[in-house]
Amino acid sequence: MALLEVKNAGIQFGGLKAVSGFNMELRQGELVGLIGPNGAGKTTSFNLLTGVYVPTEGEIIFNGKRLNGLPPYKVTQSGISRTFQNIRLFSELSVLDNVKVAYHSLAKNSILSSIFRLPSHFSEEKNMENKALEFLKIFNLDNLKDEKAKNLPYGQQRRLEIARALAAGPKLLLLDEPAAGMNPQETHELMELIAFIRKQFDLTILLIEHDMNLVMGICERIYVLDHGQLIAAGTPEEIRTNPKVIEAYLGEEVTSEHA
Amino acid sequence: MKKSKPFWAFVILAAVVYGVVQFFTVSGLLNIYYSNLIITISINIILAVSLHLVIGITGQFSIGHAGFLAVGAYISAIATMKFELPFVLAIVIGGVVAALAGLIVGIPTLRLRGDYLAIATLGFAEIIRIMLFNIDYVGGAAGMQVTHFTTWTTTFVCLFITILVISNFTNSRHGRACISIRENEIAADAMGINTTFYKVAAFAIGSFFAGVAGALYSHNFYIIQPGNFGFLKSFDILIFVVLGGLGSLSGSVISAILLTIISAFLQQYPETRMIIYSLVLVIVMLYRPQGLLGTREITDLFKWKPAKGGH
Repeated sequence: MALLEVKNAGIQFGGLKAVSGFNMELRQGELVGLIGPNGAGKTTSFNLLTGVYVPTEGEIIFNGKRLNGLPPYKVTQSGISRTFQNIRLFSELSVLDNVKVAYHSLAKNSILSSIFRLPSHFSEEKNMENKALEFLKIFNLDNLKDEKAKNLPYGQQRRLEIARALAAGPKLLLLDEPAAGMNPQETHELMELIAFIRKQFDLTILLIEHDMNLVMGICERIYVLDHGQLIAAGTPEEIRTNPKVIEAYLGEEVTSEHA
Repeated sequence: MKKSKPFWAFVILAAVVYGVVQFFTVSGLLNIYYSNLIITISINIILAVSLHLVIGITGQFSIGHAGFLAVGAYISAIATMKFELPFVLAIVIGGVVAALAGLIVGIPTLRLRGDYLAIATLGFAEIIRIMLFNIDYVGGAAGMQVTHFTTWTTTFVCLFITILVISNFTNSRHGRACISIRENEIAADAMGINTTFYKVAAFAIGSFFAGVAGALYSHNFYIIQPGNFGFLKSFDILIFVVLGGLGSLSGSVISAILLTIISAFLQQYPETRMIIYSLVLVIVMLYRPQGLLGTREITDLFKWKPAKGGH
């Protein structure tokens, strides 16, 4: 059975169909790319998957459960976690606290237990702290744990955002342009990081990216969106030679009949 | 149960403050005017700290805090004057009813963001004030007679509990959830945090303590009138929080103390009072736009941090 199944999903803002007839199937452990020209509806489909938008048509089924209409925090709790195109860290919080926030929904102590400082408060806090520290070590961020997130260099912020998304314990990780604004060296490191976390955490990953080296290099399958419609799906090789994809990116080929 | 060092420092500081003021009051070294000023300062601190939770921590811009102050003041006054309940019970009732009012206002309005929330809360405070004007049971515009019950001890206990509860809440996973909402609501949502729940919870806790402050406030004067709870009162509280530094509990405490003292001192110059008061605010905001303490706490100043990051 597929981990994620998107059936004919779409969303309409007033008269504008941002995405329509979107079909997708992700199997456990796959690394899949979602590409398309600017404004094709890639981020919108991420927002559909994560509950930021409620689809106006179709169905999204994750792990056998229907996600339509669930608020984002419940989608996250059911196992889909994401990063953002424009980094959205909790900039005034420390690196450690950023990760701790992701563990929030795993802790069970009530507000009253924290106000009265009951034993459950201390045990849960200690637990979160240890887990978060361990996690930062994996990402080589442990020496920066007390730094405010906003003071990190750009590449580290991206790293922290991925770490934070993973700390929420997802089965499916959505990465929205993780390589945006990175130089080739950083992009290369990112590719290694993605391969590493996928193995380490037994993840299924869906990523949006404009950097074709990265997409073609690591993705097993690729979906292509244009004008809110799925125009192609297949292996990197198939996508590279697909005339519809070339047309969407470069425009229609000028043939002798047109001339 | 284990407690941290700052906790004991806070308890000792609190005991010293209480002891000193109590000593001066009992020995008669402090005249009525000053002991009353200290109670007013304490009430203002409670208000500032309770609004700090809503604005500074959770980032919800509410400018109707005087509405909850009014609810607490009138409900507790009704409890003691009409039902002759003990004052301590009246304080609790005032707080609880204000928290309920917070829930009723918060659940629909906390879906709104920024400016809209500010306008909605301002509107709520005005509704409360106008309602009080028109209810004869509580004296309407003429106001309500209230016996003087507020003492330094009750005020101090309330102040102590307020600071303890709000700082405990802030320094927990629940407080972190609230701060993450302030920092980036969409990301907080995406991290699995029920943002609506925490916004409403912070709002209700803030309202509870505003209600407690209201109970102390009404029993500190001999009369309360709806006019005391207008939007200017809301702005006074807002100014404490902003001037102290958004996100800093100790900042709001310090600015509440300073501004209350300045305001009391300026009462000797009624013609120029508001001009000077406004000037003080303008100057502070020009030179410390992030507020007196920014987002830091006073305890951070005593911590020696070894060389930061990058090694």
